[in-house]
Amino acid sequence: MISSAVIFSALELGFIYALVALALFLSFRVLNIADMTTDGSFTLGCAVSAVVAVAGHPILALPAAMLAGAAAGCVTALLQTKLNVPSILAGIITNTGLYTVNLAVMGFSSNVSMMRTKTLFTMTQDSLGSVYKLIPVMVLTAVLAVLLVVFLKTRLGLSIRATGDNPDMVRASSINTGFTITVGLGVSNALTALSGAVLAQYQKSADINLGNGMVIIGLASLIIGETLMPKGKLWMKALGAVAGSVVYRFIMALALRLDLPSECLKLISAVIVAVAIGLPAIKKAWKPAAKGGVKAC
Amino acid sequence: MLKLQNVSKTFNPGTVNEKKALEGIDLQLAPGDFVTILGSNGAGKSTLFGAIAGSFVVDTGTISLDGKNITNLPDYKRSVYIGRLFQDPLKGTAPGMTIEENLALAYLRASKKRSPFSMVTAADRRDFRERLAMLELGLEDRMDHPVGLLSGGQRQALTLLMAILVTPKLLLLDEHTAALDPATAEKVLSLTKKIVAENHITCLMITHNIPSALSLGNRTIMMNSGKIVLELQGEERANMTTERLLKIFHEQSISNDRILFSAE
Repeated sequence: MISSAVIFSALELGFIYALVALALFLSFRVLNIADMTTDGSFTLGCAVSAVVAVAGHPILALPAAMLAGAAAGCVTALLQTKLNVPSILAGIITNTGLYTVNLAVMGFSSNVSMMRTKTLFTMTQDSLGSVYKLIPVMVLTAVLAVLLVVFLKTRLGLSIRATGDNPDMVRASSINTGFTITVGLGVSNALTALSGAVLAQYQKSADINLGNGMVIIGLASLIIGETLMPKGKLWMKALGAVAGSVVYRFIMALALRLDLPSECLKLISAVIVAVAIGLPAIKKAWKPAAKGGVKAC
Repeated sequence: MLKLQNVSKTFNPGTVNEKKALEGIDLQLAPGDFVTILGSNGAGKSTLFGAIAGSFVVDTGTISLDGKNITNLPDYKRSVYIGRLFQDPLKGTAPGMTIEENLALAYLRASKKRSPFSMVTAADRRDFRERLAMLELGLEDRMDHPVGLLSGGQRQALTLLMAILVTPKLLLLDEHTAALDPATAEKVLSLTKKIVAENHITCLMITHNIPSALSLGNRTIMMNSGKIVLELQGEERANMTTERLLKIFHEQSISNDRILFSAE
């Protein structure tokens, strides 16, 4: 029923999108900020990667995309920390602006085709055989996941975690929250853009709409990962984000197998996220009733 | 060491809610001074700490620490040198991070020379363990537990340890035992005494408990309506009793219906 091609593509996409899940782990879970820049910076990563790859530098395309994403994250952070724009709105503002920026990067065209372009994957095609796509994305995601976990144990990383974990504590300590939020969102959006950059080369095209709904897809992956992994250590959470992304892609593959129209997938993702985030509240509301107590008012 | 000259702060100036929180405060601390601060609610004790720690900009006056003018230094830059503990034990530690990570954060932040990407070493970790063992709360065996699982007293003791992990120039204790049960409060207070004495830390402590205000440290000041109204040290302080101090408060009609001193 499910061919090996489907399994491979689910794994490949899972590892590529895992970078978004890791990015949201940093912004949403660690910093406690729902970063709406995600959609825009994903597309930005696609666009930068495609343009640089077309110019003949598929490897350089990846750090270039990361830098662009980091810049986008910093804009959101500055809006938030310097101009006191509420965090969600700050992300939406950047995201809206990025639409134009992304079109501009692609030369005011809504897509860039890379059919004959040398990409990361055409470079590995000869040496790696049938896993020429899977191995590079696996290695890339694994390296970045490890780097992220190590980073979060450094002085700067611990400061970023404390910023999200206990604002009261941070206010009384020597942590400049403006700085930690800026670094956090910068790193997070660099990861998101890298995901977009790899995806563009993977599917040999960039499109202005590729990032639509990415924040929800990333959150869904992250939350699936959290239910899979026991609560605990940092590296387990990072592993959970990667696993969740892979599982999400398998769910999508399965849904497509069941002839669900692909237009439905975003609704499914939205429901997964809404239910998963709302679960604690739902449980709380049910508890008094379950105990047989009468709920006040 | 710490020097405050003519420090004043008015909140909401020019409105009906205008509140003169600090009025011409002069205070000078010598290295190693341990000053206890008494005063009813709204006397300006916590505002004084806010001014020293940089939570807001003062209207007039200068604040200097170790000869360096810090009046306009933002709070996060001051707190490299100034440790601060609050009444609420939840305010000083990050609940989602482990005991070790909380200590690592305090340690790495206070040692300013290190790079932003520095991490704690195995030797640091052993040091954390030894220091935790000194608290005698068994925390040394729970270093990888999230702090959110600890009790209020344990968290406050940990906060204290974090504040002095790298000896600060100044330690501000804002009723840091008031929210704890009596036995735990006693424990944290004796820990405070021990740690401050062993490390020769210059310290200011707000308390509502007159006996401990008189027994701890070497100086006591008393605040009312944003001013320092009484200073005790040396022999005068040694001869002071709770009853006499309470009498002085009443004579100065300092205490009112909001009085919250405990004479136990």
